[in-house]
This record gives sequence, structure tokens and C-alpha cells, in this order.
Amino acid sequence: MSKKAVIEGSMAVAEAVKACRPKVISAYPISPQTHIVEDLAKMIADKELDSTMVRVDSEFSAASVICGASATGVRAYTASSSQGLLLMTEVLFNTAGMRLPIVITGVNRTISAPITIQPDHQDTMTLRDAGLIQLYVENSQEAYATHIQAFKIAEDREILLPVMVCMDGWILTHSFEPVEIYDQELVDKFLPEYDPLYCLDPEKPITYGSYADNEVMEFRYMMQEAMERAKDKIQDVALEYKELFGEYYGGLIEEYRTEGADVIVVAMGSVLGTIKDAVDEMRENGQKVGAIKVRSYRPFPAEELYNAVKDASIIAVLDKSLSIGQGGPLATDTKAAFYNKKAPKVASFMAGLGGREVTKETIKNIVYKCKKALELNIVADMEFVDLRREII
Amino acid sequence: MVENMELLAPGHRACPGCGTAIATRLILKATGKDVIVVTSTGCLETFTSPYGQSAWEVPWIHSLFENGAAVASGVKEALKAKGNNHTKVVVISGDGGSFDIGFGAISGMFERGHDITYICYDNEAYMNTGVQRSSSTPYAATTTTTPAGVASYGKLEPKKDMPSIALAHGIQYVATASICYPQDLIRKVKKAISINGPKYIQVHVPCCIGWGFDPSETIEVGRLAVETGLVPIYSIEKGKPMEVRKVSDRKPVEAYLKKQNRFKHLFKGEEYKEVVAQLQKICDDNFEYFGLAK
Ligand SMILES: Cc1ncc(C[n+]2csc(CCOP(=O)(O)OP(=O)(O)O)c2C)c(N)n1
Ligand SMILES: [Mg+2]
Repeated sequence: MSKKAVIEGSMAVAEAVKACRPKVISAYPISPQTHIVEDLAKMIADKELDSTMVRVDSEFSAASVICGASATGVRAYTASSSQGLLLMTEVLFNTAGMRLPIVITGVNRTISAPITIQPDHQDTMTLRDAGLIQLYVENSQEAYATHIQAFKIAEDREILLPVMVCMDGWILTHSFEPVEIYDQELVDKFLPEYDPLYCLDPEKPITYGSYADNEVMEFRYMMQEAMERAKDKIQDVALEYKELFGEYYGGLIEEYRTEGADVIVVAMGSVLGTIKDAVDEMRENGQKVGAIKVRSYRPFPAEELYNAVKDASIIAVLDKSLSIGQGGPLATDTKAAFYNKKAPKVASFMAGLGGREVTKETIKNIVYKCKKALELNIVADMEFVDLRREII
Repeated sequence: MVENMELLAPGHRACPGCGTAIATRLILKATGKDVIVVTSTGCLETFTSPYGQSAWEVPWIHSLFENGAAVASGVKEALKAKGNNHTKVVVISGDGGSFDIGFGAISGMFERGHDITYICYDNEAYMNTGVQRSSSTPYAATTTTTPAGVASYGKLEPKKDMPSIALAHGIQYVATASICYPQDLIRKVKKAISINGPKYIQVHVPCCIGWGFDPSETIEVGRLAVETGLVPIYSIEKGKPMEVRKVSDRKPVEAYLKKQNRFKHLFKGEEYKEVVAQLQKICDDNFEYFGLAK
């Protein structure tokens, strides 16, 4: 029997990871990732989870331990945030390049300077080119589901790429919500034991991480192809999960009340909860507004996104990270996906940086601005929402 | 008993006279086939692993420059999880990857007590990137980043004492070795892998390109390093007295220095007499501290 409990988002992740039975876990503490790792440590101490936790000297080592363990043929897991994810960066590119199917929780927190523990997506978005599949989740239950799906996607022999599950720090990791925790048997049925295609084994010696001068292009091509295949895989795994667990959070994207919508708000992560509430209220007032959650940022769902919004007049893309000197990465990728197509206008909004609150009013204001832009036929390049001009 | 099969296949791309290639071949003779080797970025990784032409007949992984010890920790934990208690995990990494950029990861691995034999092949500089200084580069040696000039006589700092740092972690076994004494090296690697816990072996490997000598003289130069006392050869097993390789035919440090271009600036006139004396003093101190005299 599954059990429903009011637990912290971090505990929901720990429960999901436990159910996936990784053999090696390694991590280094950083807020707001800490509770996940502490919960797992306790599960191991209580013999609820048969796994080794390697308490390392840095995130760089944590990612390296996971890399080595995965190459030796076991399921391996790590989690980090912010500065820790940046310190892992070199290893994560490398692990992806060696096609090792590790799973990482990217607990979103912004990057220093200025230093703060507040959340936004600056950390994980910085890793978008690393060759990781990146899935952003909206709530604790989805975090639970997505971690279980993540191992299945990563380990699929058609994919073999690391999966990073991105979840907003504090907002999700430290808030209590009712979460359904499923039976081990059910999870085992969904996610069989890891059976590596290759691994370091004296019986069958292979070389990992060779030097290559004239093959890099082909390696990258194969990663790109795997990412393309992952689009179907993410969708299929989500549907399979739905069949077994009865829950569905979307495949690559989730559409919310987009039917007949004039204005559609596109965003990622926990802010979707607020956006959906705002959409409900606006719909009640007769406004034709919808929302789209981008669940998979890498691979980027260009086609799915286009098909979902193509009949709208304008879409508002809400970014929680900034490619400084360019703009919001989600908006940039969205615009690229629409180029050469008959598409709605795209308005770009920078919101929630460093934990700046995004309320239903913020969303309504954004929608209002989109309508104004349509009226005037002028769409601004990018707008910082709720900027405190008095301190600039 | 040493492994008869060559586990480092011939035809790799090392320079003629490469000390690192000799060291690696000998290390694998000692480990045999039941081993997983982790190597950090550097010459060894580059000359043994061109894609599709790997020289490794044992399972081998190279991840990055600064994470050999941590990757090895993951390999070890995975083996344990698979119930494999026999396969040895051995790191073979350069001095740059060990003394400098990978230092934190090694310290962490030692402190965690992982059953790993960490072998540093010490060619005393970053050779793969063109002979830049490392903290293993000896005092007064020139490298491309510590060139001699009117204002400098090469590297101004002494070589970092990694074996002592390893020892300070309280690990099970610390040894130095040289490719010029193959039986000694093999014996030490065998000893290390037979002990449970972290072990550190530092193997002195002459590099003809980086140090500036003829490729035919690799062994001669390596011997002189030991015979002058500049590179003491010893081992310490936890709880036991230090074992030292005695020097029977002691040579002055100049005999070693004059063989190599990296020290030749010290002999252009009288200017650096003091520096040479300083190097001789390092040798004298080693003779005394380690009891090198026969
Ligand atoms: C993070 C990082 N910094 C720098 C380099 C460039 N690099 C590659 S190998 C190397 C030097 C390796 O020196 P060492 O460990 O002594 O091995 P050797 O080349 O002498 O065999 C350097 C600096 C790198 N690969 N990664
Ligand atoms: Mg070196």
C-alpha cells in the first residue's frame, strides 16, 4: 500500500531516491540541498536503504565519485545547489561525455555575487550545455515522480545521458505538502535493477575517457542524437508512470487551460503553481489566458511548445535566470523555436531573480502588459519585473 | 611472481626514453590483471589512450586532471557494492595532478580510508602542456614558467614533500621509488596492493624532453638522482620502522645537475655557486635524515 504523508519536499526526493536503490551516493552540503542528503544519510543509518554514502571533500569530488561508481556499473546519485553545482561543472560535462547515466538533483539557488541563499534558476541553467537532460518540477509530488522517471530515462540504452532534476530551493525543498509515497514493489516494477551496457571490469577490460583528436565531432553528434531520442523517451516514461502510479505531470511540456487562449504564460518550476492560480482567476473573469510548463528544458521541446501555442496571439515567457548580455534563456530558446514559422509574438520577462517574489498579481500584470503590447503592436525586448529602481 | 603478459600494450605514443611508460609497465607487472586503473589528465593519459587505440589491457578510466583520487573512490565503492572484494583499484597520475590540482581530492581519499593505491609518477613538471613548473619541480630547475634570466635562476622554491603529507594522514603505506630500480618498484607496488586502506607511492620518472637529456640516458639520469641523495628511496608501513634504500656509491649533486639542461644555467660562470651549494645541502640533509649512507 502506498502512504500519504505531509512531508518536506526534500524528504519526498529522499523517498524517491531510496526507492530507486542507488548503490553509491555522494554529496557535499550546501543550502538548500542539505535536507535531501541528510534524509538519505539517516535512511542508510537506519538500514532502510542499502547504499553507501561517500562524504567527500567537495562537490567536485562528489561528482567525481559518482562518475567513477557509474563507470563501474552501479546506479549512482548526487545532489547540489548553486556554487556546488558550478564546482561540479567540469565533472558533469565529462560524465555526460562518457555517457554515464547518473541522476543529480539540482536544487535551484542563485549564484554569487552577491551571495545569497535565495532561489532562482541561474545555477542549473548555467549547466544547460553540459549534455545533461534537465527536467524542472513544479511541486513535491512531481519531484518524487520525476526522480523515479529520471533513472529510467538516463539508463535507457538508447539514451545513456545524466539526468538533472531541477527543483526550486526552499520553495519546494523546505515546504511541507501531502505527498504520496509508493510501495517499493511498484517502483521496482517500474524501474528494474540497473543493467549497464558497459562497465569497468577486469574480465572484460575497456577504456573510458580516451584521448580523441579527430572524433569529437562524432561524439557530440551522438549526444545530440541521444537528446533527440530522449524527447520520445521522456514522454513515454511519463505515460508509463501514469499507467502504473496514476499520476501525470506532462511529458516535455504541460499545457494548462490553453484552449482558445490569446495570451499564454510559459515558465518552469514551482512558479507554475502561482501561474495556474492566476490563470484560473483570469479565466473566471472571462480572459482567454493559459499557461505552459516547460518540464524538459534539455532536450528543448521546440516542436511541442510551438504546437501548443501557435494559435495564441502572444506568449509571455517568464525566465528565472539571466544570460547576462543576452537575456532570458527560456525566452531565447522559445524565439529560436518559432523562427521561420507563423507564430505568436513573444514577450520576455525576467522575474524572481534571487528569490524576488512572484505573486498572482505579478502574473496578471504580465498578462496585462502582453495585451497592451498587442494593442500598440510593440513588444519590448525584455522586462525586469518588479525591479526596485530606488536601489539602482 | 610478476605478470608475464604485457598489460600496457606496445605501440603507444610515448616519447623514446619516457620514464613514465617504463613505470607504468612495471606497475602493471606488479598488479596483474585483476585491477582497475584510474589516470588523471597528463602525458600518461595522452600517450596511452588515443580513441580506438588504447594501450590498456586492463580496465582503465580517465576523467579529468584533478579528480583521480575521487573517481577511484567511486570505483572502489561500486566494486564493494557489487560484492567484489578482490579487484584492486590503482591510480596512476602525474605530479601536477597529485601535488597541485588534485591535492584536495587525494587528501579526502586518504582521510576516508579508501582501499586505493595512489601512485604518482613524478616527472617533476607539467610535461603534457609543455614543461611548466609544478610544486614537485626541484629547487633551481628551469621550466617554461620558471625560466632563468637576469632576475631569476629558475624555480625559487623547494620541492613539496608529498610523501610526508601523505604520511601525516596516518595512511597505511607510503613509499618512494624510481624506475631505475625495477625490482624495488614492483615489490613496493605488490606490498601496497596487499595492504587494506589508502597507500601512496611516488615514483621518480626522468623525462628527457622536460629535463633536457638524451633519451638513451633515462636510467643513468634517474640513478644519479638517487645516488646523489636528491631523491631518497624509502618506504614506511604504518607502525613499522622506515626502510631505506642505501646508496653505496655516493655522487656529488653536480654529477646529476650537469646531465640536464634544466640545471645548465647554474654552471654558466660562478654566479650560482651558492645555489648549487644549496642543492648539495638538500642532498646532505637527505643523507643524514634518511640514513642513506651504506
Ligand atoms: C582543470 C585543468 N587545468 C589544466 C589542464 C591542462 N593540463 C593538462 S595536463 C597538465 C599537466 C599535467 O601534469 P602532470 O600531472 O605532472 O602530468 P604530466 O603531463 O607531467 O605527465 C595540464 C596543466 C587541464 N587538463 N585541466
Ligand atoms: Mg608531471
